[in-house]
Amino acid sequence: MEISRVLIDNEKMRTLYHFHGGIHPPSNKSQSTQVAIARAPLPSRLVVPLHQHAGEAAKPIVQVGDHVLKGQLIGMPDGFVSSAVHAPTSGTITAIDMQLIAHPSGLPNLCATLIPDGKEEWIPHKAIDYRDHSSAELQQLLRMAGVVGLGGAAFPSDIKLRIGKQKITSLILNGAECEPYITCDDMLMRERAAEIVQGAEMLRFMLDASEVLIGIEDNKPEAIAALKQAIADRGMNHEVVAIPTIYPGGSAKQLIRVLTGLEVPSGKLPTDIGVQCFNVATAYSVYRAFAQGEPLLSRIVTIAGNVRQAQNYEALIGTPIDELIALGVALPDTNGYIMGGPMMGIPLPAVHVPVVKATNCVIAASDRLFPPPPPALPCIRCTRCVEVCPADLQPQDLFWFAQSKEFGRAQAFSLFDCIECGACSYVCPSHIPLVQYYRFAKSEIRAREHDKQLADQARERHEYREHRIEREKQEKADKLAAKEKAAQAAKLNSLQQPTPQQQAELADLEAHRAHIRELAQSGVEHPED
Amino acid sequence: MLFSPFISKPDNVSQIMLKVLLALLPGIALYVWYFGPAILVSITLASLTALGTEALMLRLRNRPIAPFLKDNSALLTGWLLALSIPPLAPWWLIVVGTAFAIAVAKHLYGGLGNNLFNPAMVGYAVLIISFPMQMTHWIAPHGLGQIELGFFDQLEYIFLGVLPHNATLDAITMATPLDTLKTHLHLDQSVQQILDMPIYGQLAGHGSEMVAWGFLCGGLYLLATRIISWHIPVAYLGTLFVIAGIFHLLDPGHYVAPLFHWFSGAAMLGAFFILTDPVSSPTTNKGRLIFAAGAGLITYLIRAFGGFPDGTAFATLLMNICVPLIVLYTQPKVFGKKSPKDNPVHKEGRP
Amino acid sequence: MLSALLVMAAIAIVLGAVLGFAAIKFRTEGNPLVDKIDAILPQTQCGQCSYPGCKPYATAIAAGEADINRCPPGGEEGIQKLADLLGVEFKPFGGDTAAPKAKSVAFIDEAICIGCTLCIQACPVDAIAGAAKQMHTIIAAECTGCELCVAPCPVDCISMLVIEEKITNWKWKYPVYSLTTKK
Repeated sequence: MEISRVLIDNEKMRTLYHFHGGIHPPSNKSQSTQVAIARAPLPSRLVVPLHQHAGEAAKPIVQVGDHVLKGQLIGMPDGFVSSAVHAPTSGTITAIDMQLIAHPSGLPNLCATLIPDGKEEWIPHKAIDYRDHSSAELQQLLRMAGVVGLGGAAFPSDIKLRIGKQKITSLILNGAECEPYITCDDMLMRERAAEIVQGAEMLRFMLDASEVLIGIEDNKPEAIAALKQAIADRGMNHEVVAIPTIYPGGSAKQLIRVLTGLEVPSGKLPTDIGVQCFNVATAYSVYRAFAQGEPLLSRIVTIAGNVRQAQNYEALIGTPIDELIALGVALPDTNGYIMGGPMMGIPLPAVHVPVVKATNCVIAASDRLFPPPPPALPCIRCTRCVEVCPADLQPQDLFWFAQSKEFGRAQAFSLFDCIECGACSYVCPSHIPLVQYYRFAKSEIRAREHDKQLADQARERHEYREHRIEREKQEKADKLAAKEKAAQAAKLNSLQQPTPQQQAELADLEAHRAHIRELAQSGVEHPED
Repeated sequence: MLFSPFISKPDNVSQIMLKVLLALLPGIALYVWYFGPAILVSITLASLTALGTEALMLRLRNRPIAPFLKDNSALLTGWLLALSIPPLAPWWLIVVGTAFAIAVAKHLYGGLGNNLFNPAMVGYAVLIISFPMQMTHWIAPHGLGQIELGFFDQLEYIFLGVLPHNATLDAITMATPLDTLKTHLHLDQSVQQILDMPIYGQLAGHGSEMVAWGFLCGGLYLLATRIISWHIPVAYLGTLFVIAGIFHLLDPGHYVAPLFHWFSGAAMLGAFFILTDPVSSPTTNKGRLIFAAGAGLITYLIRAFGGFPDGTAFATLLMNICVPLIVLYTQPKVFGKKSPKDNPVHKEGRP
Repeated sequence: MLSALLVMAAIAIVLGAVLGFAAIKFRTEGNPLVDKIDAILPQTQCGQCSYPGCKPYATAIAAGEADINRCPPGGEEGIQKLADLLGVEFKPFGGDTAAPKAKSVAFIDEAICIGCTLCIQACPVDAIAGAAKQMHTIIAAECTGCELCVAPCPVDCISMLVIEEKITNWKWKYPVYSLTTKK
């Protein structure tokens, strides 16, 4: 369904499409866009998790006590979907152990602790001209530079560039930033537009894409203008497209739909329909990785919410969040912190957990900003959730099945097409934590599928073992039988066909026996006994 | 702190139900205007019984009482039932009906959100089957009854069953327009002859048609505030109109005009307030169209050919039964799937 | 009368033929019920059901010789699934069946192990590596936690370690949703 046509560069018209549902929560973005991005001061210590991307954790390759340089590899990618981790500054590794991280479980994970020496001494690094390299080489460089998606999912970028034979028509840069409070991409686009468009060109080169579309919600006119200017300055033909502001317009699938009218088929990837999508901040890190030879060591983090001064900071990965929050000064009634936005963010288990590659925003929470929800009432099937669901699901049915743990039915009602955007929970008049039920059901189903796999594997191994034992038994029995048979055969042989010599011996034996019998009968003792 | 989302729209069940109650007010005001204040007595009785039964059932079921009493849903059930039965019926009739609706049709099915049937309509069905006599005590509108009772006389009759010495029941009550139509059609009178009777007004029954206008206004308010979607009222009234129109065109002497059907009985109340009960109606838009069209068809069949003068209640209940099936077969296309048939729920055949 | 009989007989013959044809056409090999039951069982092969493995227990259930509540590793959920599959009532654990325990894996204290291979012979899924007079090790990823190796060990060097919750196996919890008044 076409919804609007927008003017691009005062001449080209582009048709925009619509996705179902969506909501308009208060954006609360203006508070943190008043001042420019500031560089956060070097923290007293850095805690760098070895697993801050989707996929397998990186393997630590440094030891406690090692002195490392800024940009030095400390975590080696381990596995197909994995990414490198680097020392964000120079200093000494003081621990490699389990530390609390920003994770909904509140469980610790392996981290390297680095005490900075304050010298910011770089490891030797050099820029490359991406045009001199093949896409595969560049992918490997990105993997070793630790470049992952900075929109929040932290998916290794090299995997997304590994497209095989698929033809990519559109490369989409996601600058929608639809979640309330978050402005890190907005500020990055305003201030570093030139780097972003060059990063986009590098991504386009690797994908061999025919067009580059940069989708930005129309509540960011400064960012739109900055990017258009940067594109014009370089004479590129990337298109900046202002899209309607609606949550979750920044979700990759929804953004692709709005810009191209295509729906990523359920369970498939955007590349299957000739589209690939990267966050604008990811494009920026790609630029840094190639044009400056710098791995991903820092990112822009919005500090917002219940703070005196909301602002964006360029913070080193591993910076303890409390040191970052201190820059904005949390107000006294702050009672918690959220990483990410208020729609999809996670509550921090402790405020000292480190900034990771996925940390786009930290919100100081208070009861004033985020009043605790009233007790949930039963679902009255009012279908307000259906009206806002961007995946065209029936949230009230999914809730019903998840609540009663009917996982099979939940899957039949397309539970896994849910993107957990939270729009349904936002509008629910019964204040049911709907997304929480979907998360529970999804993780339970995944765990069960995993258990099922293990059970199948165990069954196979058990059956193999039974089979092996059976075979061994059979072999043993066969062997025994063969032996016995041989023995018997020998005996039979000897009985049935006595040789003349044997016959003579037998006759002798018989005669001897007859003699004994005689003696026995006569009662005379045998002389030989 | 819990998990995301951390913000929510300032909206709650209690407010939704309150808005529905408010939307009933124009109809109730016109009811009082044309038929006197007796209806207020039924509404009060129904409200008290509904809240009392709700509290009792919640207590028996070990559920917190306060949040559910405040959700206004019991009140709404009581009001809808009160508006469906004769105001001059003895006091215990509305009490029994409301108590049955709340206790059996709502709480025995699991309480708020779990009832398969519309509780008010279950209450109505029980009453009309169990106490058909008392269910005919409709007040004659102003100027049509032989005697008009004062408010205190009405109270006395409702609570004590005592009429003023100069009045008889027949003098103060009257058959409903639909009932009158049915009776007189049986006497082989033509529609035109029947509609000339003083009980009929512009479109349908004198007075009652105005009450229907009131409900229509309230319904439009519910549509405007997006508390209900257009699908159910449009499909219900549309189906009723089309079928009534066909029969009317075929034989105007025997089948009354479609607008008569719209503005008599519980059609307007049903279209905007009863069939739209979210709990007992389908959750898909296509399903809502089917559900309401079915209800419209059944309503007409009962009115034109059945034993009861009005069919809205039974149509609602019959279609309520079909809701799970309708919902199952009207699942919309999920994002990223080619067609509704691509949803796994259809592939497996059975969810 | 005669025609009615003839019609009935004809119908019987036709339907009988259809049934016979279907029986041949849609014949299933093996006993699918046993496989279906076996698919529900957790495949720990622990023998806590008193049968020598999951498949024998499945066979016994299918034959109606065993109750559905004899598999502790499957948990109550396993019983529920069996009940649903077989169309019988849910039956709680009880009687001589052990109660379900937290999932765990075996662990060999390699300092104590004397390399007797008794545990290797006991392991139903070949999840123990090692040879005679050599230390043995549990392949944790393949261990089903059946505990069958614990008893045969002459030096008691095998212990069962409960699988701890880590980020990699963490699950979202069921949302707290209390509408019942506490009693």
